[in-house]
Amino acid sequence: MTRDQTGPGPMTCPFCGPRDASEFRYGGDPSVARPGPGCSDADWAAYLYLRDSPRGPAREYRVHAQGCGQWLVAERDTVTHLVGTITEATP
Amino acid sequence: MTGPSRIAGGGEPLPFTFAGRRLIGQKGDSIASALLANGIVTVGRSFKYRRPRGILSAGEDEPNAIVDVVLNGVRVPNVRATTQGLEAGMAISPVLGRGAALLTQALSPFIASGFYYKTFLWPHWGLFEPAIRRMAGLGRVDPDSRMVAEPGGNLAADLCVVGGGRSGLLAATKAATSGQRVLLVEQRAELGGSSLWRDGGDSVDLVAAARDAGVTIWTGATAFGAYENGRLGIHRQGAGLADGGSLWAVQAGQVVLATGALERPLLFERNDLPGVMLADAALHYLRRRGVLCGARPVIATNNDSVYPVALVLAKAGAVVTLVDSRAASERSADAAAKGIRVLTGARVARALGRGRVSGVMLTDGTGIDADLLAVSGGWTPTLHLYCQAGGKAVWDDERAILVPAFPVPGISLAGRAAGNWFAPDALPWVWSAAPEIPVAGKSRKTWIDLQNDVTLGDVQLAAQENFTSVEHLKRYTTLGMATDQGKTANLLGAAAMAQATGRSATDLGLTTYRPPYTPVPMAALQGLSRGPLQSPLRRLAAEPAHREMGAALWDYGGLLRPAFYGKDEASIATECLAARQGAVVFDASSLGKVAVMGPKARELLDFLFTGRMSTLQPGRIRYGLTLNEAGVVTDDGVVLCLGPDHFLVSCSSSHVGGFVASAEEWRQTRFGRDGVFIHDRTAHWATMSLSGPKSKPLLAGLGIVETLDDAAFPHMSFVMGRFMGGEARVSRVSFTGERGYEISVPAGLAIPLWQALIGAGAKPCGIEALGVLRAEKGFIYVGQDTDGETMPQDLGFDAPRLKRREGFVGDRALQLPVAGDADRKQLVGLARADGGVIPAGAHLIEGAPRRSIGFVTSSHHSPTLRRGIALALVEGGRARIGQEVTWFDLGQTGRATVTAACAYDPEGSRLNV
Repeated sequence: MTRDQTGPGPMTCPFCGPRDASEFRYGGDPSVARPGPGCSDADWAAYLYLRDSPRGPAREYRVHAQGCGQWLVAERDTVTHLVGTITEATP
Repeated sequence: MTGPSRIAGGGEPLPFTFAGRRLIGQKGDSIASALLANGIVTVGRSFKYRRPRGILSAGEDEPNAIVDVVLNGVRVPNVRATTQGLEAGMAISPVLGRGAALLTQALSPFIASGFYYKTFLWPHWGLFEPAIRRMAGLGRVDPDSRMVAEPGGNLAADLCVVGGGRSGLLAATKAATSGQRVLLVEQRAELGGSSLWRDGGDSVDLVAAARDAGVTIWTGATAFGAYENGRLGIHRQGAGLADGGSLWAVQAGQVVLATGALERPLLFERNDLPGVMLADAALHYLRRRGVLCGARPVIATNNDSVYPVALVLAKAGAVVTLVDSRAASERSADAAAKGIRVLTGARVARALGRGRVSGVMLTDGTGIDADLLAVSGGWTPTLHLYCQAGGKAVWDDERAILVPAFPVPGISLAGRAAGNWFAPDALPWVWSAAPEIPVAGKSRKTWIDLQNDVTLGDVQLAAQENFTSVEHLKRYTTLGMATDQGKTANLLGAAAMAQATGRSATDLGLTTYRPPYTPVPMAALQGLSRGPLQSPLRRLAAEPAHREMGAALWDYGGLLRPAFYGKDEASIATECLAARQGAVVFDASSLGKVAVMGPKARELLDFLFTGRMSTLQPGRIRYGLTLNEAGVVTDDGVVLCLGPDHFLVSCSSSHVGGFVASAEEWRQTRFGRDGVFIHDRTAHWATMSLSGPKSKPLLAGLGIVETLDDAAFPHMSFVMGRFMGGEARVSRVSFTGERGYEISVPAGLAIPLWQALIGAGAKPCGIEALGVLRAEKGFIYVGQDTDGETMPQDLGFDAPRLKRREGFVGDRALQLPVAGDADRKQLVGLARADGGVIPAGAHLIEGAPRRSIGFVTSSHHSPTLRRGIALALVEGGRARIGQEVTWFDLGQTGRATVTAACAYDPEGSRLNV
C-alpha cells in the first residue's frame, strides 16, 4: 500500500504564484450547472441542495480571498488533500 | 538515606514552594527535577481513585506530575512538571486529586469501566453531572489570570526537521549544506536529544555544524500537528511560565521526523506506586540534573536499553539490582562482571511499600529492598506526525516497535523514530520487546493509563462487555484520553485488549493519532487576537466631530458609530422629533458605494437585483433587493446610474463585503472578467444624510449644488456639485420617510461637511433614532426584519414573483410551490390598544396547544406617533391585518392588532414637503 504522488506544498495561484493554502477559500463545485429558466422544481432543488462528495480526485472552486480575489478551479484529492493544477475560473 | 537526592549541583539556587512547603531548586531544573532534588516522591493524587502518584518520566509523556503554578500573580493550570523549567518564586500545587475525596480507594472495586454511565442513569445523568464535574477535572482556572502571547506567523522552508537530537541535526546539516532552506525544531530548551544523557555519541560538534550550515534552529518549539498540504503547526514556548508563546504554520517541501522514541512502562501489581519511574528518566535526572532518584534501585526490564542505565547509576553510588525477564545473555554477564546484581528470567510481580516504593516482590516470591523501581518495557517510536499526515503505524513483531505501514509523500523518518538505535558497544543490542500482560495478580491494581486511572482490569472488563476495538476501548474506559494522550498507555492498552480477546496486537491496531502532540496553551492559539485586536473596530472619518458633539459611540457590527448625541438615551426621542419637524444630519459614510462599470455592467446588475436596473438612466436612482439562489432576501439597497456604463451600488453598511463577494462570484464564473469590473469605493467617500422638512432650504444655503428644484431634482435622482474644491454628489433618497439628501464627498472632507451642515442648523441624529424613524415607515433592516426564509413577496414586493422576469439570482426559486404558500411569514406592523411597546423578539402565539405564528423583529416607542410601533414576521400576516393577536415574551402575554408595516405617512407625501 503506497501513496506516492507529487509532494505536498503550498497552493499556486495562477495570478500570484505559490501562496499559503489558508489564503484560499473553498467556493463549491464548479461542475454544478445553473439550470435554465424552464427547469423543473426538482431540477432547481437539486441545483440548490444536492452535491456529490467525491472520494479521491475532485475539482473545486477556490477563491484567492486573501490575495487577488480571483475565482479559481483547483484539482484536489479529497483523501490526501494534495492539490494539483489551479487554473483561472471561467464562465 | 532513601529516595531521590541531589548528588551534584552548584547551580544558582531558585526558591519555590510545593503544596506550601518552601524549597530550593537550582537554575536549569525542571519542576520535576527540583521536586526530586528535594526528596519529594509523591506529587499528586490520581484522577479517579485518589491514589498517591509520583514522577514517572522526564518528558512530554508524563502522566502523573501535573501541577498548578502561580508566579507573579498569574495562575497557570495543568503544567507538566517534567517539561516546565523552574523559575524563582513559583508556588506549585498538585492538581490531581483536588476536591472531595468521595471516590476513595476503598470504593475502587465499584468504579469500573462505564461506572458513571451504569450508575448515574436514573432518573437522569444531568442530575448528577454538576457534582461529578466539580469533583473531576484537573487544574483550577483563574478567570482573572491572563497569560500573554507573542505574534506567530507563517514560514516556508524546503525542509523542516522535527527533533534536534543527533539524527535531526545530521539531516538538517546535510540538507542545508546542499543549499536548502532548513528549519529545525526541538521541543526541549537544548539541542542534542537523548545524547544529552545517554552514551553513544556526542552532539556538540553536530550542533556547531548545523549552525555553520545555516540551519534555522528553534529550541523550545514543538511541532504539535501535521495538517493538509504538508503544513506543520508549531508552538514556540514563551519566555517564561506566564508567556503562552507563539503559534506558527510551517509550510515545508519535505519533513524529516527525528522525533525519537518513548519508553514503555511494565505492567505489574501496584505499578502506580510513587517511586516507580521509567529507567531512562532515572538516567536523565542523574545526568542532566545531578539527581540520583534512589540509592537502592531495582531496574526491571525486558530489553537491553537499561543496562547502560544500571552501570551509570551504580557508578554514581547506587546499589543496583537488575531484574531481566529474559534468559541470561552476553550483556547480562557483562553487567554482572561489572558488579551489577543481575537476576535473569525474573519478573516483578508487585511493587511494595506504603505510599512509596520500599521494595519489590518478584513472581517467584523473592522480595528485594528498594527505594526506586526503574522500569523499561521497550520503546515506541514517536510516529504521531506521520500518522496525522495520513500514515498508519503498525506493530513490527520482530523488532517489537511501531513502524510506518506505508510512505507518506513529503515525510521521512530518521533515527530512533525510524527504528534505528545503534548499539552503544560491541555486544548484541535488543532495545525493545513486546509488552507482557500479566495473567496472575490483581488486574484491578495493575495500571495502564495512570492519568485517567485505567487498569488492566478495566480493559478486561471492556473486552468482556464486547467493547473490543481499540476505538471503543478508548471511549468506554477513557484510556488515552488524558492530557498526556496515552503516550505511555495506548500501546499497552491495545496489547492488553489483544490478549483479552485472543488476537494479535498487529490485528488490533491503534487509535487515531490527532493533533496536538502536546497541549498548546489557549493563549498561544489566541495569539494577539484579543481585546481590541480580536476584531479591530472600523471607524468613521468624522469620528472626532461626533465625539465633539457628545456622541455615544457604540459598536454596530464592528463599526463604531454614533448611537445618539447627548448624555443618555432620552436624546433619541429628541432626534426623532427633529427629523420629523426640522432637519437632521446622520453620518451614513459606511453605506456601501460599490462601483460596477463596463459594457456588461447593466447585464450583471440585472442579474444581481430583482428589479431591472438596465433601464436606469444616468442621474437616476432605483431601489432593489438582492436574493440568494433560494430566493431569500440577502440585502436591499439603491443603485445610482453614474453614466451609460457606470453604476454605483449603495448596499447596507453591514452587507458591503457580502455583496462584493457575491457580485464577484457571478462576474467571474458566469459573465467573465472582460466587460465588467467591480470596485468597492465605500471607504473613499464620506456620506452625510440630511433629512427632514427643512432640509431643502438648509442645503440650499450651502451652495453645494446649483439648484434644488424638485422638478429638475426629484426624489430618487442625484446631481453632482462641489464642496470645498472637491467633487460632491447629492442624492435624493430617504430612509426616514422625510425629504432627504445624501451628500457624498471625498472621505478627507467628512469633518468639514459635517460641520457645515451642523453650522447651517441641522441637528445631529444617531443610529438609534434612525432605527425608530425607519421602523415608523416600515422600512426593513435585512437580517433583522427578515430571516433565512424571507422572500421579496413576504415583504410586500410581489413583482419579482408575479412578473416572472427571468435571469436574476434566485428567480426560479420564487416560482417554487413554497414561494406561493398562503401561510408564509409576512412583514406586518403591530399596535397595542394601550399604546405600549411590545418586547422585541416576542412571539405571536395561537391555538391550543399554543404555537408560534411569528415574532416581533423591531419594536420601539414612536415619539412622533406617541405610541408603541412594531414590525413582525407573521404567518399569513397580511390577511390578518385588522385582527387581534396574542404576543408572548418570557412568560408575559398581551394583545395587539395587526396593521400594515408602515405606521407613518403611508402615502409618502412627506418626501416632498
